This record gives sequence, structure tokens and C-alpha cells, in this order.
Amino acid sequence: MPTYNLKINGKSHSIKADSDTPLLWILRDHVNLVGTKFGCGIAQCGACTVHLNGNAARSCSIPIANAQDLNITTIEGLSDDGTHPVQEAWKHIDVPQCGYCQSGQIMSAAALLKNNPSPTDEDIDTAMKGNICRCGTYVRIKEAIKIASTL
Amino acid sequence: MKKIKTQYNRRSFLKVSAAAGGGMLIGFSWLAGCVTDSKANLAIPNEWYDINGYIKIGDTGLVTIYSPNPEIGQNVKTSMPMIVAEELDVDWAHVVVEQAPLNTGFYQNQFAGGSLSIRRGWNALRMAGATGRRMLLEAAAKEWNVPLTNLKTDKGIISEMNGDRQLTYGDIASKAVAIDVPEEISLKDIKDFKIIGTSKKNVDAEKIITGTPLFGIDFKRAGMLVAMIAHPPAFGMRLIDFNQEEIKQMNGVKDAFKINISSEEPSWSDEKGFHELIAIVGDAMWPLMKAKKAIKANWTATSELENSEIHQKRLEKALKSGSVVDSRKDGDVAMAFVKATKIVEQTYYSPFLPHNTLEPMNFFAHVTENAAELVGPTQTPEALEGSVSKFLNIPIENITVNMTRIGGGFGRRLYTHFGVEAAAISKKTGTPIKLIYSREDDMTQGTYRPAYLATYKAGLDENNKLIAFSVKGSGLPEGAVFPNRFPAGAVDHYSAEKFNVTTNITTGAWRAPRSHFTAGAEQSFLDEVAELAGQDPIDFRLNLFNRAQHNPVGDNYDYDAERYAGVLKLIKEKSNWGEKKPGIFRGVAAYFCHASYVAEVVDLILVNGQPKIKKVWCAVDCGIVINPDAAINMIQGGVIDGIGHAMYSELTFNDGATNQTNFDSYQLIRHDQAPESIEVFFVNSDVAPTGLGEPGLPPAVGALANALYKATGERFSRQPFINQMKKAIPLG
Repeated sequence: MPTYNLKINGKSHSIKADSDTPLLWILRDHVNLVGTKFGCGIAQCGACTVHLNGNAARSCSIPIANAQDLNITTIEGLSDDGTHPVQEAWKHIDVPQCGYCQSGQIMSAAALLKNNPSPTDEDIDTAMKGNICRCGTYVRIKEAIKIASTL
Repeated sequence: MKKIKTQYNRRSFLKVSAAAGGGMLIGFSWLAGCVTDSKANLAIPNEWYDINGYIKIGDTGLVTIYSPNPEIGQNVKTSMPMIVAEELDVDWAHVVVEQAPLNTGFYQNQFAGGSLSIRRGWNALRMAGATGRRMLLEAAAKEWNVPLTNLKTDKGIISEMNGDRQLTYGDIASKAVAIDVPEEISLKDIKDFKIIGTSKKNVDAEKIITGTPLFGIDFKRAGMLVAMIAHPPAFGMRLIDFNQEEIKQMNGVKDAFKINISSEEPSWSDEKGFHELIAIVGDAMWPLMKAKKAIKANWTATSELENSEIHQKRLEKALKSGSVVDSRKDGDVAMAFVKATKIVEQTYYSPFLPHNTLEPMNFFAHVTENAAELVGPTQTPEALEGSVSKFLNIPIENITVNMTRIGGGFGRRLYTHFGVEAAAISKKTGTPIKLIYSREDDMTQGTYRPAYLATYKAGLDENNKLIAFSVKGSGLPEGAVFPNRFPAGAVDHYSAEKFNVTTNITTGAWRAPRSHFTAGAEQSFLDEVAELAGQDPIDFRLNLFNRAQHNPVGDNYDYDAERYAGVLKLIKEKSNWGEKKPGIFRGVAAYFCHASYVAEVVDLILVNGQPKIKKVWCAVDCGIVINPDAAINMIQGGVIDGIGHAMYSELTFNDGATNQTNFDSYQLIRHDQAPESIEVFFVNSDVAPTGLGEPGLPPAVGALANALYKATGERFSRQPFINQMKKAIPLG
């Protein structure tokens, strides 16, 4: 079994795993970072969203072999203490219902705002439509993204 | 003040106090981690004192309140402790909340279903808080040797009415534990509420937004293995054997075997479809996912492999020639239709639907020789405890169930098979295990919302008065007809008939069971009837409620006509219903279920021929609102859930298997399809609170259908509406 060196939230990890193991399961089963969620396994729900070199990516569909040499950021590494503007806006609006999809939503929103600090409604829809919220917090998510864009 | 008798004795308090504070939470500390947080400048206590099963007070004044019911996103983990804190009279900023373990000896109604947590918990939660406050007061009175009546409380501080002395709950908690539980206590006047009725943030928000372990799927224990299952590929099939030795040899697989979770006396929550499953166990998920793909199994058909055409035919046949299983008849419906000058009839359909909680089914189990520990997401911990006890033949008192935060319920986790499967696997391996379903396992082995068909018929006389109304409804397996619901009681000649249809597809409760269908059907039908009568759809309904309130037909009906009319009047006012807005198409609906009343108006526009919802207006009467902003969130979620499923979602069958297996083939509503805004208004009320998990959903279906009619001139009666939309209007 090959060994891979991954840079996750600024720390280096040496991990033995099959080359096709999705980054999602590396995070959850090997590195014990469980904030990144399993929802569908086929990049359709967005619950597993992380940042690769600052861009949103579905970790369930990124094999570990393709994640080497990239800066991987998970929800746990988005900020030290939950004070990233998107996290602050999420708390302010009190977005979550069940909460399961929210780390993925937050990661997608943070990547959107990094590339587009003042998104329109259409920009938000386009960037966020890969993230399903089964509880239906979409209206609040949009509101929180707009607030985060002012922080 | 309202005086009520307390319902419990000292013994029961001590029993749960020990459980909640001690042994049962061992190994569960990551879920109870908030206890170690300092809060609002209060230091972490050195000593905690169990006041009762709901309340623990630290020597620094920090208060822990246990939330008894499962948290599935309905926010009871915040709102139930708010009720305790209100009567205890503490500063909410000094409260930390912990999930209580299952304890049927103390807590009542520890389940999440039927929008019942707040409704059924209201009195017990108030009593728990008021009892705690009284014991603290008595301890202070004893300490200072003054009468109880000389003391008052405010935000966790006890002070003399006519003196300077003060102490905090933290100062006196150690002495309060020795006070006898009072036999009678006083509850606050509703007008004196300081916490109830104010918006408090979700107590788990910080953990959710930082990705802290919180959900069942996140739970870990030293020595724990992970497990997956494979079930038959179709309803009506059973496992014979599989390439067990080959699978066991695969990398990362520790064991592979058959489990059988069938029960001789199944309860309502036990599995009805797939009892014999393949289980694979290993250290990590990915090798198991690969091993699942390598399974080569022999299956045999034990009953018919059904498909959607068969389902449609059975539903239709039942309406034509089935036996009525429930009904109501007022007047002479047949004669009234003969006399009617205008008649309208419409048939409605909705498909099977999976729940699709975003957190897939999972459960932790550790079965030892004569005990079992279970941890995970369940809406019915008590039912699970019973099923596991029965399955393992281990006494109930040796089974513990702890509840994690739950990544969506919607009724799916009322059923207990995934917990029993976890226990079966742990029993075989002899280790702690966590079973995790794939999305495909979850979508193809569901306990689905049934498929429904119903025909509504109405007759008007020459004055456009509704004189005849009939509904016949069939469902796989149970028809969605509530004979005594509106418009029963408001129409002279009325009939409702319910028909059941057999199927081997497993079905169960799905958010607002049956109401999610009847609301859409009945409320779009009434829109059609109002139009035929030449009346405004709100005024038409208000006239019917007026009849039901003042001169009801028949002996009984299931709703309070005044409150029902009240939400319609409120939505009429708030949405400026009569106002014409160019390019905006409006639909209205109102529905009563789960003891709450909700009216909704949908405003939509067409963009390139496709509907886009600009705004949804909601008026809600759920009695006292505990946590207003969270209540708004719940209604908003219900609206999006109702609109999303009615518009986009369906599960169809071929040869006993679902045609949809994951979110690539099954459509859930997404960001760009959601309403742009949803505004919620509550009726001011001092009636005891009722639930909000379900009632926001049903009227959204009818309001959407009625707005689509205004936009397209077509009635939408067959869900999902998107199928008809594609036919009605060319894609932009």
C-alpha cells in the first residue's frame, strides 16, 4: 500500500492508503477530521466540500493520489476558532436546522466569496447549487452569504 | 400563577440524576463536551449538583439543562431547555445544554415524531424548571431562616423582598439537593415569560459551523470497526448466498457474513422488507465500499417484483372497486350531485418518495454477553431499545441507547432496523462497530412515503353554493383520506372514503404523513371549486369556515374553524392578497395538521417559461411560540421541503427495484430552485404550544399548484409537477 504526503489545514500527514481512496475517507477515517461529511459519494450533494488550493472541491470524488501537493483545507481549518466571516454570518443568521450539510455549504460559500467578494443572487445560485440542504435552509444561506460579503 | 401537582417523586429524580450525571455518559464525553466550556464569564464549576433529571447546577452558577428528545433539526435541543430555563428563572447565557440519554423511567415521550416534542413536553418541562426553582428557594429560606414568601428569584439570583441579602443558584445548589421535591408548585403567568418568546440561537451552532464531531456518523470508540450492509436488489427478493470467502479475502475486509434481523413478533417500527442481509466489516469505509461492489450473490424472488405501472393500476382499481376502510357521510351526496348545476372533478397523484436524510442511516453498537450499548441517530430510542432487547434476548435494563444530533429525520429514523442491524453485526464480531449505509443503500432500501391517488368531486347549486363534496382516496398501502377534516362540517352533502392497496414496497411515516398529499389535493381542488363558483379563493374558504363554526354539518369535525379561518385572514392581510402585481402569479392554501394551523401564499414568476418563486408568505397558529426565529426557520424549511418534493421528486419502480439510486437520478430541490424569500407571521396566542416540524409543509403543495395554475392556465394534479411543466411550456 503506497504512502502519501498530504498537507491538511497547514499540517503534513503521512498516510498509507490505496491510491483510489477518496480524500473524504482519508479525512474521516485516517486523519479523524469528521467535519467533512459523507452524503452521496458521487459529488452530487456537496456535504463533503473542502478547499483544494482555495477552490471548492468534492472530497468524495478526489482520489488521495490526486490530492498530493495541494493545500487541503477542511471546515476544521477554515478558521482557528469559528470566526471566518462565513462562519460568523452563519451564527448571526442562525442558519442550521439539522446542520449536517452546513460544513459543506460553508466551505462552498467561503470559496465563492474568496473569488467573488460581492456575488449577485445568480452568482450565489451558481456557486451553491451543488450543495443540497435537505432541511431547506436555502433562504438563510443566501442571506448569510450576503452578510458575510460585508464582513 | 397556575398551581399544578408535580407528577414525580424523589425516587425518580434520583434515578435519572445518577444516569444523566454519571455512568451512562461515560465514553460519550465528546458529545457532552460543552460542559467544560466556560460561559458568559462564569468559571467551570468544581462541583455539579443534580437538582432533578433535567437540571444540574454548578457551584459557579453555570446550569446544565438536559434536553430529553432526539434533535433532528427541529431545534428542540434549544427550545425544550428554554422552557425549563424559563420556569427555573435563570439567565439563558448561563445555561449549557446536553442531550439526555434514553431514560423511560423518568422522561416521557422521548421521541421525535408527529410534531409532538414541544406539545407533549410543555407541562413536564415547565414543572421541571419550576420544581428546581422552588427547591433552590426553599434551601435559601432555610439558610437564612426566613419564610419562602419573603424571597424572589431573578436570572439565577435569589434575594430578599425586604432586605439586602442575595445569593446565586450556584451558592445554594449544594443544599437544594437535600430539599424534598415539592408536591405542588406554581408556574409563571404567560405574561411574565422572559425567555419563551425571545429568539435564542441554536445551542449546537458553534459545533455545526466548525465541524466538531456531533452526529452519529462521527461517533468513534477505541477498538471500533466499521460495517456496511448489502440488501437484496429488489423488493420481493431474498438472499440465498454470496461469495463470502472471496469477500473475506479482500484488502481491508475483516469479516463478511449474513445477518438475519427478522422477528417473530415485529413491532410497528421493525423492518418489514429486508431481513436477511450481507454484512461486511473492516477498519475503514473505502475498502468496504470496494468490497460491496465485488459481492456476487444469489437472490431468489419470494413475491411479485412490482413496477410503477402495476402500482398505478392497483391505485385506480381500488378507487373503482375497492373496499372502504374508513369513511364519513353527511346528507345525501348522490342526490345532491343530481341536483347540482355545476360539477367539477379532479384526480390527484403523488409518487413514492424516499426521505433522503442527508446523513445516511448509521448506528454504533457494542454488544457483549448480556448487555448492549447503542449510540446514534434515532427518532425513537425507546422503540430501538425494545427491538434490540427482543433481537438479542437481553433484558431491556441492560440495553443503553444514547442519541447523537441527527442529520435529518423526516420520519425515516422512526424505524429501527439500522440499529438492530448494527447490534446483529456487533454480536457476530464481538467488537464495537459502527454501521454506515451508502446513499444507494438508503435510497433503494427505504421506508418510503406511500404513493397516493385520490378523486375529488364537488357540486354547486344555481347560487354557486357548494352543496356536494366527495373524496375517494387510495394509497400503497394506505389511502390518504382524513374523513373528518375540512371541508367536513362545512358542506351539507359530504362523503369521504378511504381504500388500502397491497404492496411489498416498505413504506412509513414521511414528514406530515398523508397530510402532505391531502393538503395539496384538497387545497388545489378547492381553488378550482372557488373559481367555478366565481368567488375569491380565500373568501370562498372563509365562508365554509363560517358555516362550520356557526352551523356545523354532522356530529364532529377535526379542526377549530375559528383558528383555521384566523390564519387565512392573517395571510390575506399580510400578503395584500387583493393587490394585482403584473407578472406575479399567486396561489393560496391553508391546512391544519399536527394541531397547528398554517396558511401560505406563493408568488411566482415565469422565467423562460420556467417557474421561479419570488416569495412565500406564511401565517401560522401554533399557540405560544417558544423560540420565534427558530420557529420561522422551521416553517421556511417546511415550505421548501413541500415545494421541492411536489415540484421535482419521484421514486419509480421496475422489477421491484427503484429506478433512482442517488442524487444524480433523483432530484431534490436546490439553491437556485428555492423561493427567493419566505416571510412568516405568527398569530399572537396564549394557547399551549403545538408543533412546527410538519405543519409548514402541506399547504405549500397546494399554494404552489394554485400559483402554477395562474401562471399556465393548467391545473397541476400529478406530482412531481415538473413532468407536467415540461409538457405545458417549452423550455426557455
